[in-house]
Amino acid sequence: MMGTEKKKKKGYKLTTGPNRELLVKSPKAWLYILPPLIVFLAFVFYPMLSVLRTAFYEKYVYITSTGTGFGLASFQHVLKDKTFWLACKNTGILILVALPVTVILSLSIALKINSIKRLQGFFQTLFFTPYVTSTVAIGTVFYTLFHSQHGYINYFLSLFGVDTINWLTDSNTVIWALCIFCIWNGLAFKIVLFLAGLQKIDKQVYKAAKIDCAKPGKTLFKITLPLLSPTMWMVVIVSVIYVARTYNEVFSLFTSVNANTAGPGNSAITIAYYIYYCFFVRNQVNYAAAAAVLFLLVIMALTILQRVISRKFVHYY
Amino acid sequence: MRIKDTRATVLTIIRYLLLCIGAFIMLFPFIYMVLSSLKTAYESTAIPPVWFPASPQWSNYDYAWNLKPFLLYFRNTLIVCTISVTGTLLFSILGAFAFTIYDFPCKNFLFILFMLTMMVPEEMLIIQNYETVADLGLLNTFLGIALPSLANGFYIFMLREYFTQVPSSLFKSAKVDCCSDFKYLWKVMIPMNKNAIFTIAILAFIGQWNAFMWPNMVAGNSDDHKVITSGLMTFRAMASANYHYLMAAACITVLPMIIFYAIFHKKIIAGVASGGIKG
Repeated sequence: MMGTEKKKKKGYKLTTGPNRELLVKSPKAWLYILPPLIVFLAFVFYPMLSVLRTAFYEKYVYITSTGTGFGLASFQHVLKDKTFWLACKNTGILILVALPVTVILSLSIALKINSIKRLQGFFQTLFFTPYVTSTVAIGTVFYTLFHSQHGYINYFLSLFGVDTINWLTDSNTVIWALCIFCIWNGLAFKIVLFLAGLQKIDKQVYKAAKIDCAKPGKTLFKITLPLLSPTMWMVVIVSVIYVARTYNEVFSLFTSVNANTAGPGNSAITIAYYIYYCFFVRNQVNYAAAAAVLFLLVIMALTILQRVISRKFVHYY
Repeated sequence: MRIKDTRATVLTIIRYLLLCIGAFIMLFPFIYMVLSSLKTAYESTAIPPVWFPASPQWSNYDYAWNLKPFLLYFRNTLIVCTISVTGTLLFSILGAFAFTIYDFPCKNFLFILFMLTMMVPEEMLIIQNYETVADLGLLNTFLGIALPSLANGFYIFMLREYFTQVPSSLFKSAKVDCCSDFKYLWKVMIPMNKNAIFTIAILAFIGQWNAFMWPNMVAGNSDDHKVITSGLMTFRAMASANYHYLMAAACITVLPMIIFYAIFHKKIIAGVASGGIKG
């Protein structure tokens, strides 16, 4: 079979790949791969290398966009910048507080939806709506809901005797307003993924558990969650990177309060916003680049960490 | 047995009740947005809240629609989305096809390279991309807004998964009939995977419609090339304290996507569940 087709054309032969699929060896492959490759080179790989280079300039002139020298000056400046550390702290709070809360909430909602017999699709559609609507538009809604005098959130809290909270103007509370919005905004995506994961679990397992008279709690912790752990891991991996990149949420909640800063004195700044702020507002391109390089390092470290953790806890079947 | 039955019914009712409460909280911002957009200035800021407007103020929509050129924003967004979706489809089909049926030097290396782009945050790339787009003379153009979105490794990865599931016996028989590779792609691969391609088109469309940071930077301060999301932010700067107008504008912004979602919700949910983009 192979032999007869091999000599059909010059520079054109069929081979089998690792999965025994049929593969063509032909320079024509480049016709197909080049267009996407060029776009990738121009808008992903070249910018990455360029950012790496820019980060190591000693001095950078914005108007001519030229840099000189090679050194760690930009990194030193960024690492000494209090705003950068505030951005790290806020991003950390989002990952360590908002993300786990979102995962637990979405998991319990998915479990509830999965346990009912009718209207599953209906509830899924309702809970997924925030995913398709733009963060900026809903951020505008939350911006009015969080208003200290006219906002409904403070009114609701006042019913329980909570004093007025300056959600958007007090530099100590802005991060919590951001957390609440991020939790709300992140739920839709995770509910749908968890639900898909739950529906993949074999019903036979539950039947077996029922025959053995397993208690609901035991079924949840000994069967459902372990079998769901690959989905859970996937959700966490995608979400950590996404949450670390929080920008639209910050912009839509805070930016019109104080022009172009993230809340009072940049107190709600995240790393992604810090890069934008250095680059676009302050025109400090080399500082933005240095922060971006550090950001990429952190994301890579998080991914490696997740791999290590997943080996211990994720059950593949 | 009887007792168990009633207990089960009560549990089911509680489940539905909890889900309804959850759905209400989830949708509260939307409900609030629609109700507030129909209130008077006093009603929209009153505490304790006036939940329902005494008489719906449709004129709020008139005001919002005329204060900023929303029709232009929608047109711009549609143009950008069209470029972005067409380009994304073209490039991901070509890339996925090459990775499916060809064997070429550095194939695995290139594939991993494409996959790595899913990890690189966009915020890192804007620094150079902004200059690149400026150098190409594409600032304040639709092409400049759409270009970087075409480099999306996720869709190539997703589509390749579908392409590799097409049995290779089809490819063999196509070769026997002397069908060219391009014809094979056009006549067999694309029609066989039109569902997956359609899903990618929908996901790319939603992503581009809601994109904010990059379009906002490239479009600059004039309205000519602003997309709907940055149009809304411009509107907000003008109408900041008038919540009723602001919510009317937010409604206008969100409405097309809601309609789109109502039509395609099955495809959208299935597409997101099968792959997973955004967190």
